[in-house]
Amino acid sequence: MSESDRGMGGQSGVAVRARGLVKSYGSTRALDGVDLEIPTGQVLGLLGPNGAGKTTTVRILTTLLRPDEGEAEVAGHDVLADPDGVRRSIGLSGQYAAVDENLTGFENLYLVGRLYGKRKAEARERARELLRRFQLDEAGDRPAKGYSGGMRRRLDLAGALVAEPSVVVLDEPTTGLDPRGRIDMWEVIEQLVATGATVLLTTQYLEEADRLADSIVVIDKGKVIARGTADELKAQIGGERLNLVVAEQEQIPAAVRVLESVGTSEATVDEHSRRVEVLVDTGPKALVEALRLLDAERVTVQDVGLHRPTLDDVFLALTGHGAEEEVPAS
Amino acid sequence: MNGAGKILTDSGVITWRNVMNVRRNPEWLLGATLFPIMFVLMFAYVFGGAIGGPGGDSGQYREFLIAGIFAQTVAFNSSYTVIGFANDLQKGIIDRFRSLPMSRLAVILGRTTADQVLSLVVLFVMSICGLLIGWRIRGSVLDAILGYLMILLFAFALSWVGAYIGLVSRSVEVANSAGLIWMFPLTFISSAFVPQESLPGVLGTIADWNPFTAAVNATRDLFGNASPAGWAAPSGWPADNAALYAVLSSVAIIAIFAPLATARYRKVASR
Repeated sequence: MSESDRGMGGQSGVAVRARGLVKSYGSTRALDGVDLEIPTGQVLGLLGPNGAGKTTTVRILTTLLRPDEGEAEVAGHDVLADPDGVRRSIGLSGQYAAVDENLTGFENLYLVGRLYGKRKAEARERARELLRRFQLDEAGDRPAKGYSGGMRRRLDLAGALVAEPSVVVLDEPTTGLDPRGRIDMWEVIEQLVATGATVLLTTQYLEEADRLADSIVVIDKGKVIARGTADELKAQIGGERLNLVVAEQEQIPAAVRVLESVGTSEATVDEHSRRVEVLVDTGPKALVEALRLLDAERVTVQDVGLHRPTLDDVFLALTGHGAEEEVPAS
Repeated sequence: MNGAGKILTDSGVITWRNVMNVRRNPEWLLGATLFPIMFVLMFAYVFGGAIGGPGGDSGQYREFLIAGIFAQTVAFNSSYTVIGFANDLQKGIIDRFRSLPMSRLAVILGRTTADQVLSLVVLFVMSICGLLIGWRIRGSVLDAILGYLMILLFAFALSWVGAYIGLVSRSVEVANSAGLIWMFPLTFISSAFVPQESLPGVLGTIADWNPFTAAVNATRDLFGNASPAGWAAPSGWPADNAALYAVLSSVAIIAIFAPLATARYRKVASR
């Protein structure tokens, strides 16, 4: 596979297509009819809380798991009929960095290259090239057990790219990384996208999908509950959020009254931080009006802000629970 | 590349990876050799006098013992296969392998082969230990080599059982005990340490037909090591055809467990 093969995944320019995927474990339906499509060269963010079915979807698309029902095609190969064809076209980087700790970074990449069928010299050359690209060349000849979490993830991702796959699957690439490691990883993924690869990215971080994905599919309890670009999803719940912090606990009821009079939703209150928030659809006008009314009521405002909704708000609106909180097993 | 070629190349690559793992952790080798050396010393000097029989010559017993200890040592090495697979599963390395366009069989064959490389190193150290306590090879060099190959073949067969156990184990902890527990009856209800004929009733029958007994008897024979004087010679088909029986059962074990382990590998999920 070479760079020029990219963009060859299917006549319609669709690199990944899944229809009606169903997978049950006992009586639990991990996937309950998931459809998704990734145009060649695009990044799809598969978003959902823990246990939503993201990893199950990834495992089916990477031939690690057979679906009970439904069909899927990756880079023009059917996952059930031609799993080896799929394997030759994909690179998988899992949520546990699949790095052999006793091998050096170089040896890890060499191993993968050889298993893709590369000759020794070719595998060596590719390993060095990837180490350089992922800023691991200095650490490349040390055993991976001494690597930081971020370095391991980068090495794992490099392993997924050894054969220059046309479709790259990243299963929660930044889960468990510190903020610095996460930003580094995002930059690496952005470089990857710039080379034209099609990427399926699963994440539970809305910020990550917002930054990296061309389009987003939100799943919850094995079902797709929303899809579209980040902006489209934000537009679905409309408006902006007006929030403010009052000086005294006793002023909260008055603030709630005022905000609900200018807003379009019920106010949400965080007693501890004395923060009150409401959705508005008139933007700055609502803000000015609210401040005028609060002043009239002699409520002291310590902080005030007007924000466009984040994907977190979208998620909350769609599912009734936040994206990062644990969902009790049903 | 054709199918068989790809299996061999991939197996070679995986073997290299597993041997590198051992080289980076020399303390594993230390454990793998110290444990059997302890066994030699315990049996030779603690039990030796008693088992050697009344007025028994414990030098003769030590010579008898060595083939049994060698076979037991390499048999126990199959637990490295078990733990190796459980570890690779837990760390997601099996997922990576399964997502590659590589031979499925090679992942297991590479591991079972690498474990025989480990066994070779251990056998070398054990042989020196044996020589130090008075064991000698009394047959021809060729027979001695065949003797070593015999126990390696049997150990190789057990590694496939180990691969299956490792792939069905739910955790590394489970794999740890599951990989070892069956080794004890397998290696002790046999002719490895005691006169085969001294085992009572059912145990005697099990020992007679235990492939491990056959592997030990065949190796002992190839080394030219006799039983201590006065021990009753075992009889029956497996005893009379020890080498043949040991080879046949090794092949049978591989024929059963290679497909089982490969089928399990295809479906196995990381945890």
